Amino acid sequence: MKVLVPVKRVLDYNVKPRVKADGTGVDLANVKMSMNPFDEIAIEEAVRLKEKGAATEVVVVTIGVAKAESDVLLTARAMGADRAILIQTDDEVEPLAVAKLLAKVAEEEQPGLIILGKQAIDDDSNQTGQMLGALLGWPQGTFASKVELGGQGVQVTREVDGGLETVDLKLPAIVTTDLRLNEPRYATLPNIMKAKSKPVAKKTVADYGVDVAPRLKTLKVVEPAKRSAGVKVGSVDELVEKLKALGVAK
Amino acid sequence: MKTLVWVEHDNQNLKDATLAVVTAAAKLGEVHLLVAGKGVDGVAKQAAAIEGVGKVHVADDAAYEHFLAENVAPLIVSLMGSHDAVLFPATTTGKNIAPRVAAALDVMQISDILSVEGADTFTRPIYAGNAIATVQTSDKKLVITVRGTAFAKAAATGGSGTIEAVSGEGDKGLSTFAGAEIAKSERPELTSAKVIVSGGRALGSSEQFHAQIDPLADKLGAAVGASRAAVDAGYAPNDYQVGQTGKIVAPEVYVAIGISGAIQHLAGMKDSKTIIAINKDEDAPIFQVADIGLVGDLFKIVPELTEKL
Ligand SMILES: Cc1cc2nc3c(=O)[nH]c(=O)nc-3n(C[C@H](O)[C@H](O)[C@H](O)COP(=O)(O)OP(=O)(O)OC[C@H]3O[C@@H](n4cnc5c(N)ncnc54)[C@H](O)[C@@H]3O)c2cc1C
Repeated sequence: MKVLVPVKRVLDYNVKPRVKADGTGVDLANVKMSMNPFDEIAIEEAVRLKEKGAATEVVVVTIGVAKAESDVLLTARAMGADRAILIQTDDEVEPLAVAKLLAKVAEEEQPGLIILGKQAIDDDSNQTGQMLGALLGWPQGTFASKVELGGQGVQVTREVDGGLETVDLKLPAIVTTDLRLNEPRYATLPNIMKAKSKPVAKKTVADYGVDVAPRLKTLKVVEPAKRSAGVKVGSVDELVEKLKALGVAK
Repeated sequence: MKTLVWVEHDNQNLKDATLAVVTAAAKLGEVHLLVAGKGVDGVAKQAAAIEGVGKVHVADDAAYEHFLAENVAPLIVSLMGSHDAVLFPATTTGKNIAPRVAAALDVMQISDILSVEGADTFTRPIYAGNAIATVQTSDKKLVITVRGTAFAKAAATGGSGTIEAVSGEGDKGLSTFAGAEIAKSERPELTSAKVIVSGGRALGSSEQFHAQIDPLADKLGAAVGASRAAVDAGYAPNDYQVGQTGKIVAPEVYVAIGISGAIQHLAGMKDSKTIIAINKDEDAPIFQVADIGLVGDLFKIVPELTEKL
């Protein structure tokens, strides 16, 4: 069984986002970009399935800038993906259009499982996996903290608001990762060197005949209301007084 | 505009998360509700009592008992011929189902809205709430998830909606529910609590987490939350996580204990009315957003505080 892992190149999670002064978006010039952390978890899960003999091949795909080939797609291959597909575009592509492109890739590649991050930490949409499920007519196990392949299907334990929930899905299926599914390995230097010889297929959006025109127009982007630092109290007694003043303590 | 609101419930009781969505939907137009589940007569009655509600569509079918997206999404899509917008709470249930509906309708979903600026224009947080985007859609239908803390709750009583049975295609045969571990707690729910006490990595163990945080929470009648680090380390269950990728909360008082204040954590709690931080590092970023800070060792401070309350 082949596993397909879509990944996104985003502002590194350690970098504090800065809103551009002209209000058109977040400043991405000259800042560190990395793979979306949830997507690293997705790759890790796919590679572990391969190591266990449950998967035969791990294919990673990204829709984004040319540079992705030498950063996120290289990281992905160094982590253990066998090959990569780069669907190159300089435009921002919305989750719906991403899902449509991925559906085309899935038709070509015929994976048994597609593992995606549950959300990208830039637009925080939390949509692509579910949309892909709808377009392909496949079941979805979102926010996964455990994935177990069985004969005809996959059992997914999901992190839900009240705790955990387990669902059985027929294959092929979609899984989206939550933080506690696994701890992704580091791409080591020797593996990065080796990964350079793993193939990257270069495509364009036009190759797939999908309309990726955005449906949403961003009118403006602003900083949220700022909180200012308050006071420091010197003792527990003072804190107790404050809590009383707030009406939460008697 | 005719809107359809997904009613969040557990087949017995309607959940509060629904009420903020009704408020958001009312800003767009007429509010209809959908109660999908099994044996949901009681929920339907509670739904009809929400102030300002028109029709309550009720789909009672074993296939909808666990809100499996594969089964529920086609049901919602079938109701979208007669509705212009569908709104869900940004809960794990809403987030699971909404995009499946959106893609089936060929609509780009608008996630986690903070405000309704017009019939096609909304604000929403991006980058863990470090930026707020105003977006305008060109889609004919709207598929929206709503951030519960950003809208007032509609009154749960006073309405007189009319209940109408609907049916969908039922079980699509793609997925089955296998079980759940839902934590039962006497404490208030995180997302609706007035006071929250949250613990971080500094607690060091599950034993200490409960020994320090629980008694203080009991004294304050508070819900208990946690940072990702505390959840990852197994000190607290996953449903305690507050943050960008956990729960979004905005209580009257949020007490952060041994939490550094990473942007991903702040994303989930910085709209709290009053933030109190206890941390031994006076330069911890949490103090930049805290209204009241106390620098020191939590293992000394928290027992003393609990004792004195
Ligand atoms: C994709 C992604 C998503 C994430 N989502 C979330 C999320 O939703 N929620 C979330 O919380 N995090 C999230 N994180 C993690 C986040 O970046 C931080 O790693 C995490 O919040 C840190 O948790 P912490 O503050 O408990 O631990 P630390 O950062 O280790 O802080 C511990 C604090 O305790 C203090 N301390 C230590 N000992 C004592 C003592 N004896 N008394 C008092 N204070 C003490 C220290 O000074 C320190 O400030 C996410 C990260 C990523 C990459």
